[in-house]
Amino acid sequence: MKFDNIIIGGGLSGLTCGIKLAEQGRKCAIVSSGQSAIHFFSGSFDLLSKVDGKEVKNPLEGMKSLASNHPYQRVGLENISRLVEEAPQLLVRAGLNFAGQADQNHYALTPMGVMKPTWLTIDDFSRFFHNDSFPWKKAAILNFSGFLDFHTLFVQDGLKKFGVETQVKNFAMKEFEAIRRNPSEMRSTNIAKVFDRGIIIDEFAEKVNELSKGFNVVILPSVFGLFNKNVTAEIRAKIDKPVVLVPAIPPSVPGIRSQILLRKRFEELGGTYFLGDNVEGGTIENNKLVAIQTNNHGDIKLEADQFILASGSFYSKGIVATREKLYEPILGLDIDGEVEDSEKWLDEKFFNDQPYMHYGVKTDKQFRAMMNGKPIENLYVAGSVLGGANALKEGSGAGISLLTSLHVAEQLLK
Amino acid sequence: MKKEIFEPFNISDNNFEQCVKCTICTVYCPVLEVNPDYPGPKQSGPDGERLRLKDPNFFDESLKLCLNCKRCEVACPHGVKIGDIIQMARIKHSKKKPKVRDMILANTDIVGTMASTFAPIVNPIVALKPVRRIMDGVLKIDHNRIFPKYTGMRFETWYRKHAEKTQNDFKKHVSYFHGCYVNYNFPQLGKDLIKIMNAAGYGVHLLEKEKCCGVALISNGLIKQATKQAKHNVEAFKKSIVEKKMPVISTSSTCIFTIRDEYPHLLGVKNEEIRDESELATRFLFRLIDSGELKLVFKDSYKKRIAYHTPCHMEKLGWSIYSTTLLRMIPGIDFMSLESRCCGIAGTYGFKKENYETSQGVGKPLFDQIDNSGADFVSTDCETCKWQVEMSTTKKVEHPISILAEALDVEATMKLWQE
Ligand SMILES: Cc1cc2nc3c(=O)[nH]c(=O)nc-3n(C[C@H](O)[C@H](O)[C@H](O)COP(=O)(O)OP(=O)(O)OC[C@H]3O[C@@H](n4cnc5c(N)ncnc54)[C@H](O)[C@@H]3O)c2cc1C
Ligand code: SF4
Ligand code: SF4
Repeated sequence: MKFDNIIIGGGLSGLTCGIKLAEQGRKCAIVSSGQSAIHFFSGSFDLLSKVDGKEVKNPLEGMKSLASNHPYQRVGLENISRLVEEAPQLLVRAGLNFAGQADQNHYALTPMGVMKPTWLTIDDFSRFFHNDSFPWKKAAILNFSGFLDFHTLFVQDGLKKFGVETQVKNFAMKEFEAIRRNPSEMRSTNIAKVFDRGIIIDEFAEKVNELSKGFNVVILPSVFGLFNKNVTAEIRAKIDKPVVLVPAIPPSVPGIRSQILLRKRFEELGGTYFLGDNVEGGTIENNKLVAIQTNNHGDIKLEADQFILASGSFYSKGIVATREKLYEPILGLDIDGEVEDSEKWLDEKFFNDQPYMHYGVKTDKQFRAMMNGKPIENLYVAGSVLGGANALKEGSGAGISLLTSLHVAEQLLK
Repeated sequence: MKKEIFEPFNISDNNFEQCVKCTICTVYCPVLEVNPDYPGPKQSGPDGERLRLKDPNFFDESLKLCLNCKRCEVACPHGVKIGDIIQMARIKHSKKKPKVRDMILANTDIVGTMASTFAPIVNPIVALKPVRRIMDGVLKIDHNRIFPKYTGMRFETWYRKHAEKTQNDFKKHVSYFHGCYVNYNFPQLGKDLIKIMNAAGYGVHLLEKEKCCGVALISNGLIKQATKQAKHNVEAFKKSIVEKKMPVISTSSTCIFTIRDEYPHLLGVKNEEIRDESELATRFLFRLIDSGELKLVFKDSYKKRIAYHTPCHMEKLGWSIYSTTLLRMIPGIDFMSLESRCCGIAGTYGFKKENYETSQGVGKPLFDQIDNSGADFVSTDCETCKWQVEMSTTKKVEHPISILAEALDVEATMKLWQE
């Protein structure tokens, strides 16, 4: 089966890359062994929140002090300042509205009740511009009885620090009795599916209006609009007070909606998305990857002119570590990191910057994967499978995924 | 540490240990969406397995609500075989004996043989309202269910009479696993396949004696019988694939899925020697076309708008691309892909009175999509999906092979390889 481009991995970077290439008329396929990390999104895409443990106000400025092997430095800060404009536009074309600026982080309220600096926030959520105060004096925190994935006490504690008076109120609705019967499945996505049907929105809004009398703002868990993306706006319109949604414990409703809409956009552009299929190996001839083998397709190989590896980091098994070995499992590509010496992978202090978090597939300047010290001419690497950053510590996960994949797509389109 | 001390507690055939509790699987389970009595894939699968390994009393009969659609497995980022864990738990621990009804529904070949023998009588009878009421009351087969019609002349009989003689005229050969549906209910699909394969230059043969793949036996807990039939089929496949060097193709996605993946995994029947060369006809044809060995020529006169539905087992196999690529090759087809969703019937599941509501609830979003699609008809590779969609929507359903057969210019296609 022949495509122009095949992308390994269907997470944020694989999808962004695929959409950009398909928009330029390339015949693309994405192969993904399962759903991706987007399902856990807090609803905010981080660009750069911290450098050396210190908060960054202006990510574009902050990038200047990153190490030279950091993915942002390797993309080039000039390219970055262009691509940060392109990324949100690509998301908008997929039906996802994110707001924020690359030269000024804003804050998002986390499930722990703290303000976290970030780059782009999806329109479900509120953006804040101070990390020590909240624009409202009295907040009603509402939750569904029996919903355990929204920790109202954390939010309440957090808001107290900002000098906000709060009250937590739990309430029940008939429609949720059924899900509550099932002890393990009173989860965000199941609640969202009930709202998706549209029948309880009015009743819900009425309840919220009643319970929030005397407060300036209503705080609710983000459980709206899974398959039906209009639900959030509809609910907001029916509630009298300003509504602040706070992420619940993952999987996240806006995250899953994002995954669905990105995939849909890719497919509408003519892309082929193979879900639940694992890439097991590839055929390399004269420093070129000519085809990949997958679990489902067996002897029918998937061929392409160019390939992109966007298989994620340790969590998604784009990189694997066993007791003795740290490796890239599909082709055995070179790894940037202390692969030989497992002693050096970890810092014994758990909260320190862990060396292994910086490990990833080694590439040349053009982001082509290296194997035995030589670049594979038509295999590019994007997203969190690249080394050189500790996305968790820096708050740079989505930024790296979006920007390296757009950059790689540009290399391919040259 | 002695290994045997730990074995009974820690070792599972299925990889439930890989589960990281992310609950992504529960987002995509179609049953959970409509029936809150079902504990969901994570709870029924890896979580429950952990408990059941310690004590089988943790088994819960509500696991029977699982459709075995495997959509949870397709979504799981960690490759946990959730559907298999659940199916295996039912096989091992369910204390409820299969009911008479389940035996009737599961024994598609015995019932098929009887019903097709008396087809002129059986068809009108099972279509009668009072009879359906009785089946509902006595057998708990929902009265809303419309039974597939049985044929008067079985496919095997037709084949021996009309097709067998000419098949040796070809240079290349395949065997055809037709399955119960083609044999007892819808021989036309088998005839369509022979038409295409012959046009492509392949003689089509039957296996020495095929038995029902056993999928319905497995889902109804008749494991001994299923295992026996699986062993029989693997031997029959070996004769064709290993001895005669003839690959086996089929038109039923569920039969092929069962033979390739459920035989070794659920029944412990080894199939390595035959697995790679047991596949769907559409995949076989795709390979020939993709490698340049075959070209199909289509009539210009065929013009249709077709909506393709991906059956659950095609989603799991990842093979719908083969069927859809073939369909898209037909110049006169206006092709649209339906969103991949379960239709809710899941073989015999949807026939049972206790599941009827769940079954239709699961299928509802798909039915709506189909009714609003503006398509002339729906195409899909699974026979039970066909029953379900035809019963629950305004559209007819055609197998991709039948569509290809109708659109194919047989003579022009043959000319290309005869030259
Ligand atoms: C739990 C979690 C939560 C996060 N939340 C945030 C957040 O809120 N904000 C933020 O900015 N960043 C967040 N991040 C950081 C995150 O890593 C990036 O933002 C981004 O999602 C990574 O995208 P990716 O496409 O590179 O990788 P992934 O999303 O990991 O996708 C990789 C994909 O490749 C597939 N794959 C791997 N191997 C194979 C193979 N052999 N064959 C086929 N497919 C394969 C995997 O199945 C997976 O779907 C989070 C990360 C994790 C792990
Ligand atoms: S999706 Fe897989 S890993 Fe996640 S909870 Fe379900 S079985 Fe476990
Ligand atoms: S196999 Fe289908 S019905 Fe069963 S748990 Fe998985 S997704 Fe749900």
